[in-house]
Amino acid sequence: MAQAVAHGGGHVTSTGTSNRKLMMWIFLGSECLFFGSLIATYLIFAGDVIHRGVGPFPHPVTINGEHHEGILDIPLTSTSTFVLLMSSVTMVFAVYGAQHARPKMMKLSTLATIVLGVVFLGFQAFEFATFYHEGLTLGTNLFGASFFVLTGFHGTHVAVGALYLASLLAASFRRNGLGHEAGEHMEIAGLYWHFVDIVWIVIFTIIYLIPSE
Amino acid sequence: MTRIRSVRSSLSRRFALLLGLSLLLALTVSCDAPMSTAVIKGSDNAAIWGPYNLIMWLAGIVFVVIMAITAIFTLMFRERPGREAQQIHGNTRLEVIWTMIPVAIVVAITVPTISTIQAQSAPPPADAMKVIAIGHQWWFEFQYPDLGISTANELHLPVDKPVHFELRSADVIHSFWVPQIAGKVDMVPGHTNFLTFTATEARPEPYLGQCAELCGFSHANMRFRVFVDAQSDFDSWSKSVAAKAVTPVSPLAKQGQEIFNRSACIGCHTVNGTAAQGKTAPDLSHVGARTTIAAGILVNNEANLTRWIHNSADVKPGSLMPPMAKSAGGALSDEEIKAVAAYLLELK
Amino acid sequence: MATIAGTLTQPASSGIWSWITTVDHKRIGALYGVTAFIFFMWGGFQALLIRTQLAVPHGVVIDAKLFNELFTMHALTMIFLAVMPLGASFTNYLLPLMVGARDVAFPRLNALSYWVFLFGGLLLTSSFFFGAPDGGWFNYAPLSSKQYSPGPGITFYAVGLLILGVSSLMAALNFATTIINMRAPGMTMMRLPVFVWMSLIISFLLILALPPLTVALLQLLFDREYGTHFFIASEGGDPILWQHLFWIFGHPEVYILILPAMGIVSEVIPVFSRKPLFGYPAIVFAGVAIAFLGWAVWSHHMFTTGMGAVPKTIFATNTMIIAIPTGVKIFNWLGTMYGGSLRLNTAMSFSIAFIALFTIGGISGVMHASPPVDMQHQDTYFVVAHIHYVLVGGAVTAIFSGIYYWFPKMTGRFLDERLGMLHFWLWFFGVNLTFFPMHYLGLLGMPRRIYTYDAGLGWGLWNMVETIGAYVLAASILVFVWNFFKAMSQPQTAPANPWDAATLEWATSSPPPEHDFDVVPVVRARDPLWHDRDHGIEPAQPTGEHIHVPPPSYYPILIAAGMTVMAMGPLSHLALTAIGAVIVVYGIWGWALEPTE
Repeated sequence: MAQAVAHGGGHVTSTGTSNRKLMMWIFLGSECLFFGSLIATYLIFAGDVIHRGVGPFPHPVTINGEHHEGILDIPLTSTSTFVLLMSSVTMVFAVYGAQHARPKMMKLSTLATIVLGVVFLGFQAFEFATFYHEGLTLGTNLFGASFFVLTGFHGTHVAVGALYLASLLAASFRRNGLGHEAGEHMEIAGLYWHFVDIVWIVIFTIIYLIPSE
Repeated sequence: MTRIRSVRSSLSRRFALLLGLSLLLALTVSCDAPMSTAVIKGSDNAAIWGPYNLIMWLAGIVFVVIMAITAIFTLMFRERPGREAQQIHGNTRLEVIWTMIPVAIVVAITVPTISTIQAQSAPPPADAMKVIAIGHQWWFEFQYPDLGISTANELHLPVDKPVHFELRSADVIHSFWVPQIAGKVDMVPGHTNFLTFTATEARPEPYLGQCAELCGFSHANMRFRVFVDAQSDFDSWSKSVAAKAVTPVSPLAKQGQEIFNRSACIGCHTVNGTAAQGKTAPDLSHVGARTTIAAGILVNNEANLTRWIHNSADVKPGSLMPPMAKSAGGALSDEEIKAVAAYLLELK
Repeated sequence: MATIAGTLTQPASSGIWSWITTVDHKRIGALYGVTAFIFFMWGGFQALLIRTQLAVPHGVVIDAKLFNELFTMHALTMIFLAVMPLGASFTNYLLPLMVGARDVAFPRLNALSYWVFLFGGLLLTSSFFFGAPDGGWFNYAPLSSKQYSPGPGITFYAVGLLILGVSSLMAALNFATTIINMRAPGMTMMRLPVFVWMSLIISFLLILALPPLTVALLQLLFDREYGTHFFIASEGGDPILWQHLFWIFGHPEVYILILPAMGIVSEVIPVFSRKPLFGYPAIVFAGVAIAFLGWAVWSHHMFTTGMGAVPKTIFATNTMIIAIPTGVKIFNWLGTMYGGSLRLNTAMSFSIAFIALFTIGGISGVMHASPPVDMQHQDTYFVVAHIHYVLVGGAVTAIFSGIYYWFPKMTGRFLDERLGMLHFWLWFFGVNLTFFPMHYLGLLGMPRRIYTYDAGLGWGLWNMVETIGAYVLAASILVFVWNFFKAMSQPQTAPANPWDAATLEWATSSPPPEHDFDVVPVVRARDPLWHDRDHGIEPAQPTGEHIHVPPPSYYPILIAAGMTVMAMGPLSHLALTAIGAVIVVYGIWGWALEPTE
């Protein structure tokens, strides 16, 4: 017999996991393929700039005896990566606060998460603007195209996540806060937020840490 | 009838195992079908028909068996007074058996398939003639680097000589296909694909080829012809193509050349040894010797040439050649177009 | 808070507003069905124009540009706006009933999926006014680039499929969650009706296959509108990348189209054979196997692109292996018929026809799984014959079977059997008349997607036969439409279980009440109603328990409108995207704060 388990707000589900949480998990599976396809595209084209010799280049290279600087600022982006990682820590506190009826902790940690996310986006905006001034655009070469599209869509995900958390934060100031399912709401938001962070670790490793051949 | 018999004999020569042609095959080759894939006139198509025959036979058997079972069960187990349905949930032994049947069929067709893939991807023989075929919207360019010649839309090949094709594209994806001689291979921009085959039967009438990948408005009008000649005929053809374009003789054609050389024509077309050195459209040095124009869709004669030059898009939607006639927005009068046509026809 | 049915502000039961704001899965299923059927007839009309042009050599009915637009839009309409949503219509209507739930997991999300589908379909169709996409449904680069397709058609294609993809993704997430999480007591996974199993498989296929398509479409959009060169070879891009991304989606998509059909016939055949499905576990696992293998075969659409011998071998072998689970399914359906007492009514006739016609499509599929053979089949009418046997002879035939079978459940009325059999026979002959000669034409070397051909190639006769067949198909559809309206004018006389069927949707009234079941049924066997019938178990009586019915909401249609406005940005001005985004964000806010209990 399928197990029927009463959950939090009285919803009965077959697995014991709430519908919303289950759907978020499945959705993240879909997101894996979304970023997987973008990352695959980046990997296919990352070496192309070197073959064609059309800069700017991601990493320092020597082509035909001529040395070219890499455009990526690794210390800067390492900093922004650290900021995003810290937002995952504050997210954990936010979920903990929501699940253990500590609204103040939940609100402050959520706020911190949003701020850290926005700071990350600030770094990204700065990086994009710098690259633009150094002559790297969507049309310059395939590194530019696949870099901007991949990191741009990741940034969009961070922005959506920040908006998502901001909505929860705003709602938590209502008279009954997030209601009796506050922990559930924050946990689902946390799943999304952690996923976006983990994807960034992959992207950061592939784009910034592995020099293109 | 003679056609059926000749096709049958050539097939059975190649496939000793072939007992006879199925109704399907008979229908395929019985009517006059110059693009039939079941008429084998080249080594690549012959290689393809190795696994093809086996697969077609197996497919035919599976088709007959399943259709028969479906029909018989439908009639046999119809609702009738007094009939009780047997409450069976399954039968493991039966299910294992009918899982093994498709397994056996799949193994039977995978083995010859793989060996044919290997054969088709073998490197070309050392004595193979090289041809570079380039797809354009909507015509084919053929270069013979060994002979230093180039032509458009009408490919000439020596019989029984392996030919190694380099397939490229100048714009969008096209596909090179001469059904009776070889399977199709795409022409992809930024890639070079290869195809090697030997045409096995010389004949006066051409083999028909057609682009087999959607390439825009006039995809349907992107055809070509393959003339398979005896070696000596091929040699004399290649010599004539290598020669400089003839100087026109008739006054009308002379006038046509003069008009041709001062018009937009020379921006795109080449006529050997003249001011016309354009590279984006078919080489016209010997266009008068071709049997067709406009990538195999029109017989090469004065009326059709005139019509084509007048406004090519009337014949071939989307044609990249601008209209030449004044009435269609071009710069030439009807008399001038006639003169140009006369000139082109003299370019044998 | 749960409420007693009837005491909450009930949704108005009729009127346009009640349909616009409905979150009832049955109404949404009906909306999907009617909308998709209208798109189906529109796609059929496009096909008739194509067939009329090709009836004779040198046809002059339509020109090259319109012809290319028509075959492109015919495919897009039939795949994305007709067959997929017709499948979704059945899933919407039946899924909760079959698993014994009172609705899907997310009723408002379900409504949102429908409205996005409708608006996306209308957006894509409206391209005819501006220049429709004409690069084929596969839309290969670089023909799809701004340079070779400067008109707005391809951009319509990109944004249209993007938002239809959003609709499908939301529906798939919803269905997967419902099946995994909302089964009635006793409804274990291995007791799920096969239709539900197939819906679960399709949902996961969609969830995993849509992202690569989304990425490909975004890259296409960026190439066309924002200066990138992902697919432009002269700038270092690769047109073959598009083909890989497209077919990684495109092949699972084929199974997305055919698996609902397999689910439908797996419900219909046992009921009208009066015996349980033969080899239920084998049918389920075969479906799962097809779905898994479906991920490893996409390159068989690309055998002629210059792949190496090794990938050709791998993809050919994987493709042929799919024949095994497919064969298992066919044998199991035949095994179900064996020893039965077949009631050959319209629904059953369509299901048996499905077995025959789908088998033909399956066999020809194995033929061009062999790369050498495919070098002669690729892009010829042989492949056109194959896909139409699978999608028309297979998917659509099964959908008709499902319509005749579930019509009494959905409407409380019966479709006329005599008209039904007329519809069936016209359809059966029409399908074979239209599509069987295409095999010959393929062997005779007729390429696909050509608007004109020469006489003297031996193609004339068969093309004429096919065109006649197409009109026979059109006639059969007219008979069905007549039958539909005739039935809808009858009184609702259908009992709860007119066919003596086994699955839970027949345990409630026809049509079901808004809350589906007065009492959530308890499942004790794989064929619950037959089990209860044979064991003399009476259905439980209503206990007056509190039944919660989700209230109507206009946020789904609002958010769908916002998404459509967003999608129109790349077609006109990006300001529209911003405006649309504001509407969407506002809509989601309202949605989140709206009381649902």
